[in-house]
Order: sequence, then C-alpha cells, then structure tokens
Amino acid sequence: MAIGDKKATRESYGIALAELGEKYDILVMDADLSKSTKTDTFKKKFPERFINTGIAEGNMMATAAGIASTGRVVFASSFAMFAAGRAFEQVRNSIAYPKLNVKIGATHAGISVGEDGASHQCLEDIGIMRTIPNMVIINPADHVEAMAAVEAAILHDGPVYLRFGRLPVPQIFGDDYKFELGKGVTIAEGSDATIVATGLMVPYAIEARELLLKEGIDAGVINIHTIKPIDTELLTAAAQKTGAIVTAEEHNIIGGLGGAVAEALSETCPVPVMRVGTRDVFGRSGKPYELMELYGLTAENIAAKVKAAIALKK
Amino acid sequence: MNRETAIHAYKARKHALTGIYNAQSGHPGGSLSIADILAVLYFEVMNIDPKNPKMPDRDRFVLSKGHCAPALYGILAERGFFPAEDVATLRRTDSYMQGHPDMKGIPGIDMSTGSLGQGISAANGMALAGKLAGKDYRVYTILGDGELEEGQVWEAAMFAAHYKLDNLTAFVDNNGLQIDGNIADVMNSNPIDKKFEAFNWNVITIDAHDYDAILDAVNKAKAVKGKPTVIIAKSVKGKGVSFMENQAAWHGAAPKQEQFEQAIAELDAKIAELEA
Repeated sequence: MAIGDKKATRESYGIALAELGEKYDILVMDADLSKSTKTDTFKKKFPERFINTGIAEGNMMATAAGIASTGRVVFASSFAMFAAGRAFEQVRNSIAYPKLNVKIGATHAGISVGEDGASHQCLEDIGIMRTIPNMVIINPADHVEAMAAVEAAILHDGPVYLRFGRLPVPQIFGDDYKFELGKGVTIAEGSDATIVATGLMVPYAIEARELLLKEGIDAGVINIHTIKPIDTELLTAAAQKTGAIVTAEEHNIIGGLGGAVAEALSETCPVPVMRVGTRDVFGRSGKPYELMELYGLTAENIAAKVKAAIALKK
Repeated sequence: MNRETAIHAYKARKHALTGIYNAQSGHPGGSLSIADILAVLYFEVMNIDPKNPKMPDRDRFVLSKGHCAPALYGILAERGFFPAEDVATLRRTDSYMQGHPDMKGIPGIDMSTGSLGQGISAANGMALAGKLAGKDYRVYTILGDGELEEGQVWEAAMFAAHYKLDNLTAFVDNNGLQIDGNIADVMNSNPIDKKFEAFNWNVITIDAHDYDAILDAVNKAKAVKGKPTVIIAKSVKGKGVSFMENQAAWHGAAPKQEQFEQAIAELDAKIAELEA
C-alpha cells in the first residue's frame, strides 16, 4: 500500500491480528461476525486461538474478562453497535472495573456503514466508552495507524476500545509513522484556527485546510487517534496559538471527540469550539459517501465551521 | 461429615452477619444459604493458597451471585486470606471490603461480580483459558436461582456446553426466593434441571446444607468428561438463623441489634454443638 491507497480499517484490524499473532500469544473472540470484522484473517492462521461465542455479545465480553483474568490478552470483536451498545454493562463491570486486558475491536462504527441504516450505524460508542473509568479509546484514521493501534493496545495494560470502519479510507501516513498512545499527531501547523479530527474525518480535515488556504485562512490540522486519554497538552497549545478549534468526527457531536475537546479546553484554554459530526440524530440507509454529505461530514462543512469559529473569536 | 468444615461454615455466617449488621446494609439471606457450599469448596475441594492468592495454577471461584459477598468474605477469612475483623468493616468507606466482590482489592477474589449473569460467563472464560493453556485447574461458580432469569446465563450455558468445559462446575443456590418474592411468582425459572439438561449439561441435584452431598457431587462432576456440571443445590434462604429462614424479606435487609444478637446466639449455639 502507498499513500492515498484505500483500505478499510476493519481490514487493517484483521491483518494486524494475524501478523501480531506470531509475535504475541493473543486470543481473538468474535460473535459470529468474523467475516465482517475481519477477525477471520486471524482465525484462518490461528484457529486454535480463535473463539466464536455465537451471537451473544454480552456473554462474549464477560467471557473475555474471565480469560483475561488468567493473564492472557484477548481481543473481543463485534460491530461497534453491539460491542459498545449491547454489551456496555459487561464491558463496564466485568472488563473495565477490574481493569482486565480485554481489547475490544469494534468495527462498522459510524454513519459510513451505509446501507444497513440507523440500527447498525453506531454514533454513540465513543461517548459511551468515554464515561467508563480505565477505558482507553483509539479511533485510527488509516491503515498504518490502525495497524500500529492494535499493537499499542496489546502493549497497554488494561482495556482498550478500538474503533474501526467498514468504508475503505485513504492511507495518510507513511511507513515511518510512529504511533504513541495518548498523543495527538500534528499534521499541519496553522495560525488562524485548528481542526481537530479523528478517524476517517482526518483526510477531510486536510482537504478543508487546503480549501481555507485558498481563501487566505491558515488552519492547522491535528489528528487525535486516542480519544481517551485525550492529548490535553497538544490541544491546549493549539488553542493558545490559534484561538479557535473545530472538531470533526463520524459520531454524534454529543459525547464524542467534540465533547472531549470542549471539556478539556474549557478547563485549560477556553476558546470557541465548533463541532462537526452528526447532530444528535439517527442515521439512515444510503451509500456511505451520500450519507456523509447528507450529515455534513465534508471538507466544505469543516471549512465553514472554521470560519464560524474564527468569527466567534472576535 | 467433616465437622471442621461445618464449623467454618457457621463461623463464616457469623462474620457475614457481623459485617452486614455493622454496615446496616447487605444481603444476609443468600449469604446464609451458600455458606455450606463455600465451606466445602474452600476447605475440602479447591487447590488454593491463602499466602499466594494469585497462584497461577490455582482453582478458581466466581461468585456469580455477587451480592452474597459477605459469606464469601467470611469463608476467605476462615481460610486465612485476611483477618475476620476485616469482614466486620464491610461496606465502609475506609474499608477494602466492597459491597460486591472486587478482585483488584480483596485477596482471594478471582473475579469482580455483582451484576447478575456475568459471573458464569467469566467462569467460562477461566475454564476455557485453562483448557487452551493445558492447565488442569478447575473453576467453580455459584449462581442464584433468581439470577437464572438473566438471559446471559443461558448464553453462557450454551457456551460452556459447546466448548465442553468439563473443568467447570456451577452451583445453583436454589432457595426459591428473590427480592420481590417467590421465584415461582416473580418469574418462574423452573424446571431448572430440565433447562440445564436441554443445554447439554451434566445435572446433579443435592441438599445445599448436606456437606457430604456437596463433596460427593463435586467429585462426581470431576469425573464427568466432555460437559460442564451444574449442581442444583436445594437451599434454605437464611439458613442457620431461625427468623431469617425462608423469608424473602431478608434478601437485602440488615438485622437490628436485638435480631443480630439473637442470630449470633443461634449461630454460637450451633458452633458449640458442632464442637462438642
């Protein structure tokens, strides 16, 4: 793969598991969605280390907790809707409370799931997971970052929620990319505002910067892959330098990256924060890119919000 | 019958009630109904070391009905994991004796539980991990009969049979009562034996207060290959304290001073009888 080539981060998840399965004695669980979550890539290579729980996500999470209690690192995979939604309480009580080494591989997050519609478009998972103590949340932007995130999750002591997408996304980072858990990535410095994006919105943020430059507006771009713990230091520095922040995520503007950034900056450097994301509505069936357009997940909308944020500065 | 085991069971009942009385909060009924099972497991069955609670190859215990933690703490204290005086600090802000089992803070607790239906899944995970690692430790869990109303229990039951977890033994504390009343009235989980049979489990039914029967059932379970065993233990909620027995009202209520004194007197009398 080269920069610009497209791959869905769920694919990266499966590839990473299969590769890292050689290096680490991990176990991988799935709830009858291994062909979709791509854990079947691992299953084919390490069938003796793959556990299918059938369609029972809550049971999978608590079973994973029991496995992790014996000292193993175990991945538990399903769609974000079921991993964070249906199994919330098992994740909270059996995994996070005892801080066990269960790594939740949640695929099919966000509106870009497309045709399956609102029932499967999870726009709440970051908010749900963010409120659980001990939980780390990573939302990678491309293949390179997703691969690195899976290994970082293995090396982290405690639960991790990994958010992956179904839609192929362009590779942004080169092979020299260094992933550091909890650290934001400055993609471009700016002086007028800073766009803080996560996941598949990162390329749109970069595109928005380019649109704005044509109008003489210099907006920086920060990629936040680790939504919790969030990189308050980097965000604060960006707020101090540029005085206006726009967040961009494929999630409800309530509780997600936008919420996390606003919460952090309200305590360190209160500046205007405008949020791009779904605006507290359910999704609907459609082609992924049509839906992104429909719900305002576009470079044009980010650019418009940057101008609005700059206007609020005055 | 092993007299020492019975004495530990009754002393554990005292520790549990003392903690609940001091906290004026907790679950005496179910704690009293599982004390005898716990005593047999911790004194006659499980390979554990109070000096090394995290011993990797130890047998494991998960209290799926986590609200009966006081009895488990009482038995762990009897077994030497921590002093009995600590159980008396149950549910206090300055104590590590949490209202429900906390594996991070309490020696001897193998899984944090309290939300019903999840402990059996965790026990499955431990049992499967043991098999995958080629270890021969065994895993024990106790479920409530009211807890069987949680759908996750049956997801877990399916899983245990599917993965042939013959290193797992689950007890159902079948006292017939839940917070809101008789299980048969609130949400009938009967017939429990037929349900587990249909889920491909080995099923044994015993008297939960017959120490020999408990040990015998555990040994029979060890001999069964290819399927998990459930021991349906017909119990008396509140067992050992006359006015608490078979009373749903004592599910989650703490005794007042006079009641506590009477309860302790009854338990002391039983201990004296066993020691005689």
